[in-house]
Amino acid sequence: MTAQTHDTLTLEPNIKDPDGFYAELLATHEGLDRDESEALNARLVLILANHIGDRDTIRAALEAAKPAR
Amino acid sequence: MTKIFETPLYPYQRSPDQDAATPVRHPVVVLGAGPVGLAAAIDLAQADIPVVVLDENDKVSWGSRAICFAKRPLEILDRLGCGDEMVDKGVVWNLGKVFFDERKVYDFNLLPEDGHKRPAFINLQQYYLEQYLVDRVRALQADGKAIELRGGNKVTAVKPDESGVRLTVETPDGPYLMDADWLIACDGAGSPTRTMLGLDFQGRVFEDNFLIADVVMKADFPTERWFWFDPPFNKGQSALLHKQPDDVWRIDLQLGWDIDREAEKDPAKIAPKLEAMLGPDTDYEFEWVSIYTFQCRRMEKFRHGRVLFAGDAAHQVSPFGARGANSGFQDTDNLIWKLKLVIDGTAPEALLDTYDDERVYAADENILNSSRSTDFITPKSHASRVFRDAVLDLAEHHAFARPLVNSGRLSLPAIYDGSPLNGPDVDGLPIRSRPGAPASDAPLRDGWLIDRLGGGFQLVTIDTQAPDTLDVDGITVTRLALSAKDDPSGALAERYLGEAPGAVYLMRPDQHVAARWTSFDADAVAAAVKTATARA
Repeated sequence: MTAQTHDTLTLEPNIKDPDGFYAELLATHEGLDRDESEALNARLVLILANHIGDRDTIRAALEAAKPAR
Repeated sequence: MTKIFETPLYPYQRSPDQDAATPVRHPVVVLGAGPVGLAAAIDLAQADIPVVVLDENDKVSWGSRAICFAKRPLEILDRLGCGDEMVDKGVVWNLGKVFFDERKVYDFNLLPEDGHKRPAFINLQQYYLEQYLVDRVRALQADGKAIELRGGNKVTAVKPDESGVRLTVETPDGPYLMDADWLIACDGAGSPTRTMLGLDFQGRVFEDNFLIADVVMKADFPTERWFWFDPPFNKGQSALLHKQPDDVWRIDLQLGWDIDREAEKDPAKIAPKLEAMLGPDTDYEFEWVSIYTFQCRRMEKFRHGRVLFAGDAAHQVSPFGARGANSGFQDTDNLIWKLKLVIDGTAPEALLDTYDDERVYAADENILNSSRSTDFITPKSHASRVFRDAVLDLAEHHAFARPLVNSGRLSLPAIYDGSPLNGPDVDGLPIRSRPGAPASDAPLRDGWLIDRLGGGFQLVTIDTQAPDTLDVDGITVTRLALSAKDDPSGALAERYLGEAPGAVYLMRPDQHVAARWTSFDADAVAAAVKTATARA
């Protein structure tokens, strides 16, 4: 299963007010040091993955997130 | 307490084999009188196959070692005649608590399903188990069964050929030769048999040391499994506290990789950690201190002609999840009925290849589960630790993260999906009892279902008609006729019928389901028996 063949993961724009979302994401990290930010990101990944739930969609997201080679 | 370790249970005695002019031939020789070797031998003796067990020692193994025994192995030990002793002496536990740093992040209840004779888990020191198994050997001997236990017999050479194995055995009186039609090697993770035959043992090494300190203490800790990630008394590492009988407590402390093993074993070094863990006023004494490392690996195949490997000799797992000794019993449970049919000439040798198919499959499942637990407990990379800690942080507040916490999973038996021995299935019957699955126990009007199963092929009929016995080319299939009136709790119907009005289950001698139908058909049953004995 790769991102190319998968159609339940949305990689088209899907967030209303993208600038607002981005500011909110950064604001959540405000005042955190590197380790704390890293821990927050890890918690966020787990929370969002659980919200999605569907293993195929999560797998497609993991693929899409891999560094480009 | 040390007495049990020091008492020879099967001291060396000169055997007539040592004075024979030519090597004496035995149908089956088992190497190793640990739990798995003794289970194999007892199973053979109960099936009237003469067996000799060789072990270079003559006592129970030193220290508590394996302490958690799961339901399925207890059912197997019931069939071998040791289940009551185990459960009567063992500590039953259901509740586990998980701590992270100084906080309790959650607790879990194993919530064992009702309607089973045996509990999900008991804790018991391995030396008690070994003692009960040796007692059982003695009882079988008193009944005239051909089962022999030779202590002080060290095998120094193993020469297999097409029809058997020649062994060179070292004893206090010097060496002797013996022959075996079949050899079962249960000689542990460091299996000398495996080494002598030059066989592989591939897998993954975990670069970590763990300290076991079994302590005797009168403490009012509850009968629960307590697991700490990164506790203040063992910073950056893990810890476990678990109760055994006789006020013995298992304490397991992760130490890391680059350590001085001898220094870490010094009680003066351990004591401050234990005081911080147990509280300063707790009186305890050490029963057993040991440092271990572990690997997750298995042999490529467990059958090598006339030599069959079982238990740790065939596969090794991390201790997290209690899948070592527990899976060893499931190996011999799977192997012995097959070997019996092959020796009796009622099944072809190919049946033994399915021991490979089924138990390699189970070993891979055990290795997978145990490796995953280990990766959670001892993160191997920075990212792995970050996610582990994130899971633990979230588990304290959010239910969704709790199933991700992995301090060892409940040891469950493998379901042999895809086994070549599986016969037909029908839609609509409960998935848990599909072909390949071990029988689910259920309370009957007069006892337990599990006690009525095993030892031979059986046709379990629930509100269906069938003959009381069938003969399929020399294999006898006996009927166990059950009906709704035998099922006061409804568990039998729930586990075996679902919505169906009746069912017919073909059960293997190891209490696994071979095939099932909703009504009896003699030709279909005969075909399934042939499939289940590799004659199809």
